[in-house]
Amino acid sequence: MTLLAEVDTIATPDIAWSALSPFLVMVVGATVMLGFSGLLPRRGPRRWTGLFTAFTVATALGTVVACIVLWRDLPDTGTRTVVGGAYAVDGFSLFLIGVIALGVIIAALLTDGYLRREDLEGPEPYLLYLASAAGGIIMASATDLIVMFLGLEILSLAAYVLAGVHRRRLRSGEAAIKYFVLGSFSSAFFLYGIALIYGATGATSMISIAEFLSENRLTDEGLLLAGIGMLLVGFGFKVAAAPFHSWTPDVYQGAPSPVTAFMATAVKAAGFAGLLRVVVVTFSSYRYDWQPLIYALAVASLLVGAVLAVVQTDVKRMMAYSSINHAGFMLVAVAAGTIEGVTATLFYLATYTIIVGGTFGVITVVGRRGDGHHQLSDYGGLARREPLLALALTVFLLAQAGTPLTSGFLAKFYAVNAVVEAGSSWLGLVAMLSAVISAFLYLRIVLAMYAGAQDPDEADGAEPATSPVRRVKAPMAAKVTIALALVATIGIGLVPDPLTKTARDATPDLVADDDR
Amino acid sequence: MTPFLVAAAEGGGASLDFPILTTMVALPAVGALVVAVLSGRRPELCRLVALVFSVITGALTVGTLVAFRGADAGFQMIEKTTWISDLDISWHLGVDGISLFLLVMTGLLFPIAIIGAPAARDEKQFLAWLLLLEAGCLGVFLALDLFLFFVMFEIVLVPMYFLISGWGHAERRYAAMKFFLYTMFGSAFMLVGLIATAVLHGRATGELTFNLVTIANDQGSIATSSARWLFLAFAAAFAIKVPVWPLHTWLPDAHTEAPTAGSVILAGVMLKLGTYGFLRFGLYLFPEASAWFAPVMVTLGTVGIIYGAIAATMQKDLKRLVAYSSVAHLGFIILGTFSLTTQGLQGSVLQMVNHGISTGALFLLVGMISDRRHTREIAQLKGLQKVAPVFAGVFTLVMLSSLGLPGLNGFVGEFLILLGSFTSARWWSVVAASGVILAAVYLLWAYQRTFHGEPDADNEGFAEMNVREGLVMAPLLGLIVFLGVYPKPVLERIEPSVVALVAHVEANSDREEPDVNQLGPDARPDTYTRGREVLEEHRGGEEELGSAEEEGE
Repeated sequence: MTLLAEVDTIATPDIAWSALSPFLVMVVGATVMLGFSGLLPRRGPRRWTGLFTAFTVATALGTVVACIVLWRDLPDTGTRTVVGGAYAVDGFSLFLIGVIALGVIIAALLTDGYLRREDLEGPEPYLLYLASAAGGIIMASATDLIVMFLGLEILSLAAYVLAGVHRRRLRSGEAAIKYFVLGSFSSAFFLYGIALIYGATGATSMISIAEFLSENRLTDEGLLLAGIGMLLVGFGFKVAAAPFHSWTPDVYQGAPSPVTAFMATAVKAAGFAGLLRVVVVTFSSYRYDWQPLIYALAVASLLVGAVLAVVQTDVKRMMAYSSINHAGFMLVAVAAGTIEGVTATLFYLATYTIIVGGTFGVITVVGRRGDGHHQLSDYGGLARREPLLALALTVFLLAQAGTPLTSGFLAKFYAVNAVVEAGSSWLGLVAMLSAVISAFLYLRIVLAMYAGAQDPDEADGAEPATSPVRRVKAPMAAKVTIALALVATIGIGLVPDPLTKTARDATPDLVADDDR
Repeated sequence: MTPFLVAAAEGGGASLDFPILTTMVALPAVGALVVAVLSGRRPELCRLVALVFSVITGALTVGTLVAFRGADAGFQMIEKTTWISDLDISWHLGVDGISLFLLVMTGLLFPIAIIGAPAARDEKQFLAWLLLLEAGCLGVFLALDLFLFFVMFEIVLVPMYFLISGWGHAERRYAAMKFFLYTMFGSAFMLVGLIATAVLHGRATGELTFNLVTIANDQGSIATSSARWLFLAFAAAFAIKVPVWPLHTWLPDAHTEAPTAGSVILAGVMLKLGTYGFLRFGLYLFPEASAWFAPVMVTLGTVGIIYGAIAATMQKDLKRLVAYSSVAHLGFIILGTFSLTTQGLQGSVLQMVNHGISTGALFLLVGMISDRRHTREIAQLKGLQKVAPVFAGVFTLVMLSSLGLPGLNGFVGEFLILLGSFTSARWWSVVAASGVILAAVYLLWAYQRTFHGEPDADNEGFAEMNVREGLVMAPLLGLIVFLGVYPKPVLERIEPSVVALVAHVEANSDREEPDVNQLGPDARPDTYTRGREVLEEHRGGEEELGSAEEEGE
């Protein structure tokens, strides 16, 4: 009885429900779908797929709307933390929630056609997208390390299952297991890092940690630095940065293509959200300790992503390595450790989400029934049979290579600009040179599509006769995704000001946060 | 068109209400889109539309020439609109005496390439890429913003890549990939360099901007040692694009494997992006560093002249021979540019135009040979002069222009370059002059092998030049002769900008321009103007120039 009495006295924090609205929309959407999907008649699964897709997209859009409402109120309410200082509402989190929701929309639209094609049923992937995104939202907003871990686990567990959602494909299951085992390992690192930091500072709240570190000097920094290092391992795994990238090619290749798109967009965005808030903001006073580590991660990711991609023949694996390279670019911006760096990272994440969404849209469509046609040779002669699809993929790949007048170029430009402003021109140079190497990889795909034969070094005679591209059928939702992504990629490339301004507005709040 | 041209002439330049430069860049891009949405089953319609767009663009470049105020050294017809506000990046275009004729040449070469070298298949896409390429090339010559320049400099790679990989010859994929990666490699340095330039300038002045004119006029905002590194970063990109020996290895492959129109544009226009870059972003942006690195650049240019000429002599493939001759010609342009003298720079600018005309014409002719005979091997060709005398005559004239025969355009440019470099880098100039002789060796020898003698069975059916081909070649031939006999109208428009550029270099470095007439230690600065006037009198006739050369040596 005394125990119960004690429980009654535990103070529960006041919850500002409206501030949590983006998260709540996502979670309520997932719950409603979970509840109602069980009530739907089992027969005719294909009929419901469209409904699920629409519902998922609506939920994600609702999240975006909630973000916009909060964003509009920001000047009045100011940056604030709610739920006992564990959850921040600032421009930074709202921006990233928007990016994560965008990732959900893209993945859901691609999944629609995918499920029909593969004869899969049920709402599971959609549910898992929503659940995973809810975890991502927590990561983007958390100002307490434990809450951050909570978000990380919600995000990851759903993502592990997503990788294996194509039950009849062996590779899908293999990818799920691999992702799960290595992911759990990295989560353990992350948790251990939190424990060490708690040991060093006596707090898990980032605000308290930052306050503690600004008011006290540690006599022995080993514990704290080890903790920061372990957190970096955890984040490095989530954003697929070398040397914690080894899961990426296998999982990207094995997972269903729409899920890969989700992992490359929403999961990466959430990982960077956590990285920026924890490392750049909370431990800003320890910048000279973590900066070299980020440098190392950035250089390793840039080079591994660029060089190893060159020898791949599977397009999804290529994209996996290219995503490592892109993670390197974002880390370059993070390494700057300045407002410009954060702006650049956010800009990169937003544009990259769109580009990769479009790229995987095409890859999903070209993969055809069985999701197995991802060899470079499967793209041979695509330009002849599907000129528009090939053109779209070309634009996305050129954008990833950083060709001007696409959003991808500006993303790279801002990242390099940030790091040069921070005084590390050499890192900018390494990044740009790695972009040249990865351009080779993108051009190989383009060449395969336009020139017909499998490989640049293959004989000229092996033109379309041997390249087996039959007409691929692009479902409506995928077409819409690809078209919108195309418009956005070129549109942002031509008129970047709105997005840049938004990204800029999203950052000062975050940096102001650490002063408290 | 005509009413507009008149209006442009009356408007008298800078105060034009009509954004002629923006239109010039936008029009081909719009044309590319229009062609892209046309039906691919009606190639003749695509060709017509593409031709109309490129001819109107060409007319706009001529309109610029008409409206240009010749005595003005600065940028004219400036158009500026903010693009990315927080970094002060703007859509900033302008033209001066250095870019003016490059614009006109670009405006001329594209319609010629479109008529003169049609694609074998998929004409619609081919034309769309070509028009896009034209927009990018014009953009490079007009950009007055570091960021905008880079965007245009990079964007031209994409259409050219597709032109080579889509319509090229046997090794096209390899050549296209090599071309793209090579150039992008250089651009990587330039991107970091230009950001660092803007950042350093912004730090010194407290105002971040990518405006070329602002940064170039704020000399001293960037420390000398930094400026030298930055110059190197820019030079990496330009040296690859030009290409300067030893970075030229992409050029023979790209030029040889590209379709004829691609080769014409590649040699005629795109190589100039690099040499123009040296003038605008080397000498103008980093005058001190340019002067400091001038000995190196002059040496590389001279090596390029000799190397290109010797390599050209060894070629078995006619197109490859022309490609290597470009390496030699561009060596001259580099030599003239980094002689940092008025004559050298004038010669370089003029030679950029000359090279575009004569090498463009040569590639067209080689393309015609290869269309007729399906081979470009010199050994397979024989006695063409007998079966196609007009063709041979045209070829001869173009070839003589390329090797620098007095009375034709190539001579004027090379002579000015040699004159300019003789005053500032005498021995390099002497070595370079032997490149002129080597040019005669490889071109005449190639001509002898392909055109002289009795045609064998394979070459007997070689068709004579037809009317379309003749019409394509006519404007080029006309310009070759006109610029050779009477280059004055061109030179006097180039001169003010070049004089200003040399003065800019002198003001910001410890370099002084040696006087042309009074070589040696007793050269007096006050004889400078007189020297120019004397030179100008000489420009009228070629014999006088010839005798001036003798005097010089």
